[in-house]
Amino acid sequence: MSAPLVDIRNVSHRFGQLPVLKDVSLAIDPGSYTILLGPSGSGKTTLLSILGGFVTPSEGKVFIRGQDCTAVPPAKRPTTTVFQDYALFPHMSVGGNVGFGLRMRGIDGATRAAKARDALALVGLAAAFDKKPHQLSGGQRQRVALARALVIEPAVLLLDEPLGALDLKLRRQMQDELKAIQKRVGTAFVHVTHDQEEAMALADHCVVMNDGRIEDEGPPERVYARPKTRFSATFMGESTILAGTVTEARDGIVMVSTAVGSLSLQGASPAGAPVALAIRPEHLVLGDAKGDVALGAGKVGDVVFQGSFKRVLATSMLDPVLQFIAKAPASATVQAGDTIPVSCNAQDIILLAD
Amino acid sequence: MRAAVRLAAWLYAIAVYGFIFLPVVVLVLFSLQATSFPIPPFTGPSLRWYQAVLSDARLTSALVNSLMVAVLSSLASVTLGFLSAWGFARFVLPGSALLRGLITLPLTVSYLIIGMGLLVLFNWAGVPKSLLAAGIGHVVINLPLCFAIIYSQMGDHQINIERAGRDLGAAEWKVLLLITVPVMAPAIFAGFFLSMTFSWDEFVISFLLTRFETTLPVEIWNLLRSGLNPKTNAVGSLVFAVSIVLVVFFELTLLRRKPA
Repeated sequence: MSAPLVDIRNVSHRFGQLPVLKDVSLAIDPGSYTILLGPSGSGKTTLLSILGGFVTPSEGKVFIRGQDCTAVPPAKRPTTTVFQDYALFPHMSVGGNVGFGLRMRGIDGATRAAKARDALALVGLAAAFDKKPHQLSGGQRQRVALARALVIEPAVLLLDEPLGALDLKLRRQMQDELKAIQKRVGTAFVHVTHDQEEAMALADHCVVMNDGRIEDEGPPERVYARPKTRFSATFMGESTILAGTVTEARDGIVMVSTAVGSLSLQGASPAGAPVALAIRPEHLVLGDAKGDVALGAGKVGDVVFQGSFKRVLATSMLDPVLQFIAKAPASATVQAGDTIPVSCNAQDIILLAD
Repeated sequence: MRAAVRLAAWLYAIAVYGFIFLPVVVLVLFSLQATSFPIPPFTGPSLRWYQAVLSDARLTSALVNSLMVAVLSSLASVTLGFLSAWGFARFVLPGSALLRGLITLPLTVSYLIIGMGLLVLFNWAGVPKSLLAAGIGHVVINLPLCFAIIYSQMGDHQINIERAGRDLGAAEWKVLLLITVPVMAPAIFAGFFLSMTFSWDEFVISFLLTRFETTLPVEIWNLLRSGLNPKTNAVGSLVFAVSIVLVVFFELTLLRRKPA
C-alpha cells in the first residue's frame, strides 16, 4: 500500500470561539478524486482552505508528500486552488492568466506560452489564448481557472464548489469533463460541494461532513448503499428512517423492535441499544407485490411525477411519525389518499449507529 | 404660459453658468488683450502677454517648480494612500474605523491650519522653508484624498484574485505589484490626477512654506501685488488650462467603467 499523498491528522479549527472543525483526520491517495460533501457550515470549505494554506488550523497537522505543510504559505506549497468565483486576473489575457504560475517560477516566456497553450487545449479552449477574461462565458472562465491551476503541475488540485455558479445543464456537462480531465492528468483532485449528485458522479472517495466532523467516507457506492450514520443516510440521497431498539443479538443477527413490528437483520449492536434503520426509496415496495419484510400499511400523502419515476410520500398507519419515502414506477397508479401495504427485503435495511 | 416658463428656465440657466464661468471667461479674454490694461474695450486678440510670461524667467521657473512639486507630491500621496488603503482593506486592525477616520481627517481641516502647523513643526525641527517643505505639505493634504478614493474602490471581490496570485506562487510584493496595482489602476490614476490638480493651484501652504524658490500660485500672488495687467491674466489662464487637463484625466480614469 502506497503512502497517502495528503495526510490530515487530528485537525481542529476555531473561528474565534466558534469551532468549525473538530478533530478531523483524512488521507488522500495519489491520483484520486476526493469529494468533500456536506451542507453549508459543515466545515468542508474550511478544510479545503487548510489544505490550500489560506487557513492555519488551531490544532493538528497537514502532511503533503510526507512533508509537514501545516503552516506553509499557499505560495510555497504544492497545491493550487480553483476558486468558486474563478478569481481570474481581469487585466491579463487568458494566456497571461494561465502562464502566471510558471512566470512566478521563473520560466521563460516561450516555454510559458507553449505550456499555457497545452493546458488550454486540455480544457478545450485552445483558441482563447489572446482573449481577456471578460470576453468569456462563465463555463469558459471556469476552464481557464482549471487550466491555470493545472499548468504548474500541483501535487493536489483543490476545487471550491467549482460548478456552483453554472446552470444545471452546464454543470452536468462540466462535471463529466472534470472527471475526464482528472483521469487524463492523473493529479489528485479535492473538490468541495453540497450537491450529492455531483459527489456520486465524480468521487472515487466521498467524504460526508457535518458539523465539523467527518460522518462517513469511502467509495460513493458504499456510502450510498451502506451509510454509516443517520446523517449520511439522509444527506447522500433520501431514506425512510425507522427508530427502534435491539431486543436480541446473536451470531451477527439482531432483532429490532420498531413501531411497525419486530424486524430481524444482520448487525452487531448489543441488546437494548437504540438504533435507526434506513431504507432507500428504491427498495420500498408498494402494493401487493411484497418484499419479505412487511412494514404495515401507509396512507399516501403526496405523489410527485419526476419523469422516469414517481416519488411517493406516505404516512404509516401504525405510527403517524413515520414517513415512508418511496420510488414507484412512472406507470404506477397510486394516488394521494390511497392506503397501500408497504414492504421491503431484509437485505436492503441499513442498520445505522444512532 | 409654457413658453414663458421655458424662457425663465433658460434665463436662469444662463445666469447660473454665467455666474460660474464669467470670471474665467473675462480672465482668458483679457489675457489676449493687445494693450497694457486688462479692461474694456477688448483690443486683441494678441499673444504678446503669453510671450511675456514665457520669457519671464521667474514665472517659468515657478511653473517648473509647481509641476515638480505636483508630480512628486502626488506620487508620494498616491503610493502612501494606496498602501494604507490596502492595509485597512486586507488586515484586521484594532480600532480600524477610528484609524480610518483619523487618516481622512485632514480633508476637513483648512489648508491654513495645516500650513501653520507644518510651519511651526518645521521651524522646531530645523527644516528650512523650501519646495520640499511645500511638497510635504501637499502630501499631508492629498494623502487622505488618495486613501479615500482607493479605499472606496477596494472591494472584497479582489481578495480572491490576490489569493489566486499567492496560490500560484507569487511573493507578497509581486501580488501587490502584478495584481493589486493593475486591478486598482483606475482608482490609483484618479487619485494621482486629483492630487496633481490640488497641488498645482494650491496657494496657502506653498506661501507659508517656501521662501526663495516658490510655486506658480505664489509667484502670481507676487505679481498681483504690483497691480493687474494682462500678464497676470495670461499666466492665470495657463494655470487654469493645466487644471482643466488634469480634471479631464481624473474624470476619464475614474468614470470610465470597464466592461464586466
